[in-house]
Amino acid sequence: MKSVIAENLVKTYDNGRIRALDGLSLDVSEGTVLGVLGPNGAGKTTTVRVLSTLISPDSGSAKVAGIDVIKHPEKVREVIGLSGQYAAVDETLTGWDNLIMFGRLYHLSASQAKIRATELLEQFNLTDAAKRPIKTYSGGMRRRLDLAASLIVHPKILFLDEPTTGLDPRGRKEMWGVIKGLVEEGTTLLLTTQYLEEADQLADEIVVVDHGKVIARGTADSLKREIGGERLEVVVELTDLEKCKEIITKVASGKLNVEEDLGRVSAPVSTGTRALIDAARQLDENSIHPLDIGLKRPSLDDVFIALTGHVAEETAEPEIKTGKRGR
Amino acid sequence: MRISAGAISDALIITKRQMLQLIRVPEVLIFSTIQPVMFVVLFRFVFGGSISTGLPGVDYVQLLMPGIFVQTVAFTLAGTAVGLAEDMQKGLIDRFRSLPISRGAVVFGRALGDGLLNVVVLTVMGITGFIVGWRPSSGAFNVFLGFLFLLLFGFAMAWIGILIGLSVREARVASSVVFIAVFPLTFLSNAFAPTTGMPKALQYFAEWNPVSTMVAGCRELFGLENLFGVTANSLPSQHPLQMSLLYMVLIMAIFVPLSVRKYVRASTKK
Repeated sequence: MKSVIAENLVKTYDNGRIRALDGLSLDVSEGTVLGVLGPNGAGKTTTVRVLSTLISPDSGSAKVAGIDVIKHPEKVREVIGLSGQYAAVDETLTGWDNLIMFGRLYHLSASQAKIRATELLEQFNLTDAAKRPIKTYSGGMRRRLDLAASLIVHPKILFLDEPTTGLDPRGRKEMWGVIKGLVEEGTTLLLTTQYLEEADQLADEIVVVDHGKVIARGTADSLKREIGGERLEVVVELTDLEKCKEIITKVASGKLNVEEDLGRVSAPVSTGTRALIDAARQLDENSIHPLDIGLKRPSLDDVFIALTGHVAEETAEPEIKTGKRGR
Repeated sequence: MRISAGAISDALIITKRQMLQLIRVPEVLIFSTIQPVMFVVLFRFVFGGSISTGLPGVDYVQLLMPGIFVQTVAFTLAGTAVGLAEDMQKGLIDRFRSLPISRGAVVFGRALGDGLLNVVVLTVMGITGFIVGWRPSSGAFNVFLGFLFLLLFGFAMAWIGILIGLSVREARVASSVVFIAVFPLTFLSNAFAPTTGMPKALQYFAEWNPVSTMVAGCRELFGLENLFGVTANSLPSQHPLQMSLLYMVLIMAIFVPLSVRKYVRASTKK
């Protein structure tokens, strides 16, 4: 069963000059997590906004929980939750006030809303902060409350738009924990992200989006295979460069990339830390002391270079300017 | 727009949110009353002595107070516009729009909330006015009607603020737009000085200005004969109350549908 189906979505701005969505299609199976991966301006947010009924596409169709988002947006709103970059909470009110307000707007009774608010604050580890205004929350707490607000009526399908953008590493880890918990409960999830690692951690399947189109689709593993997995990167004195290239060739699983002027050699490796240790030992045996050595996990840029031959470029997505929380 | 019991209760939740904001950040309420109080005191004591009403036994303060009431109520639409612009900017409007609530609820709740804020502001101003010598002579019932009339005007004007708030991209812009629109309206009127001193063209404008008809209407309800500001036997000067009501109906007939439409389509796009 597909919980979300989008077919050939097109959305243009500025009289067609900006094609935010350019024939985008995707689907999410019930109970799974789809990661929509792409740089700023790729069309991720526009996709979420169409699927959550906030905007209508110029053409194409979309169904959420079997309901047409264009024909019956009001019915779609009853089964979805939305959180992330563009959904928000009232900052002057407390966490408690916000959850009660949204609970009431979801038409819970006053007592149901209180019960649910208590549960959610507990679940998201915000009970202690419940009576404080959101203004005093950290970025991570704010996002958790925002997410809590979207879960008030146990939505079947949850849209998370860049749930960890702007969070520090600790906040990001906490958020991942929370999201994994939701997935275990069986929530169908569509999440957008700029981080390959995040998609890898959370998603069953990933679609890579660029210029409003899906350019690749697969599991995190299959994408990584396509990209070539981890890379070993060594920086040495220029005098040691030739010897270094020889050594790295032996441990590498693919073609070397050499930046002569920087003394940097990098290459894909298939054995991870094993290759790193091998390389380090052999460099040491040859009395070469690397200025820097390390394993590099593929980044979004690597994915893009592998898939499109260019780095992930930021194109202006019109709604980003006003929707972003400026701070 | 469908109006159902559900829609009204949704709107009341939005209104309640606004009341909660006032409790959580009381400074907003304090400062939104200090300014009008300051106006009352300044106008009363700075100009009050030098402006003669030309009416035997009628102090300037009697004519001034209705003017300041109307001006203050008109300016509260700045708060409405800024509030909505901020909600847009922070993505709250998007969240509301993703909820299964009636399409008019958020804007209607907002207009109602600002109406309630006006109750507080007008009460404080009325008391201040009384302290500095304002004495309406029309009896409690008519005074009550006068304030009700002002509240209605505030409710109608709020819809203009809603449309501005949903249309601009930044809260700061919203307050400038309101200032540019409302400031001339309140001053090109009979609120503070007789319109007879103005150039002819401005006199006509001031005559038909809704602020003038409101001020004249309030003066009537507070027991003054409406002589201040009459330039001709025109419709607005003859029937200020009826004209004001007509203006309110007109404002709402135009701005309520536009605001709801704007809200429904309000996305953060250009």
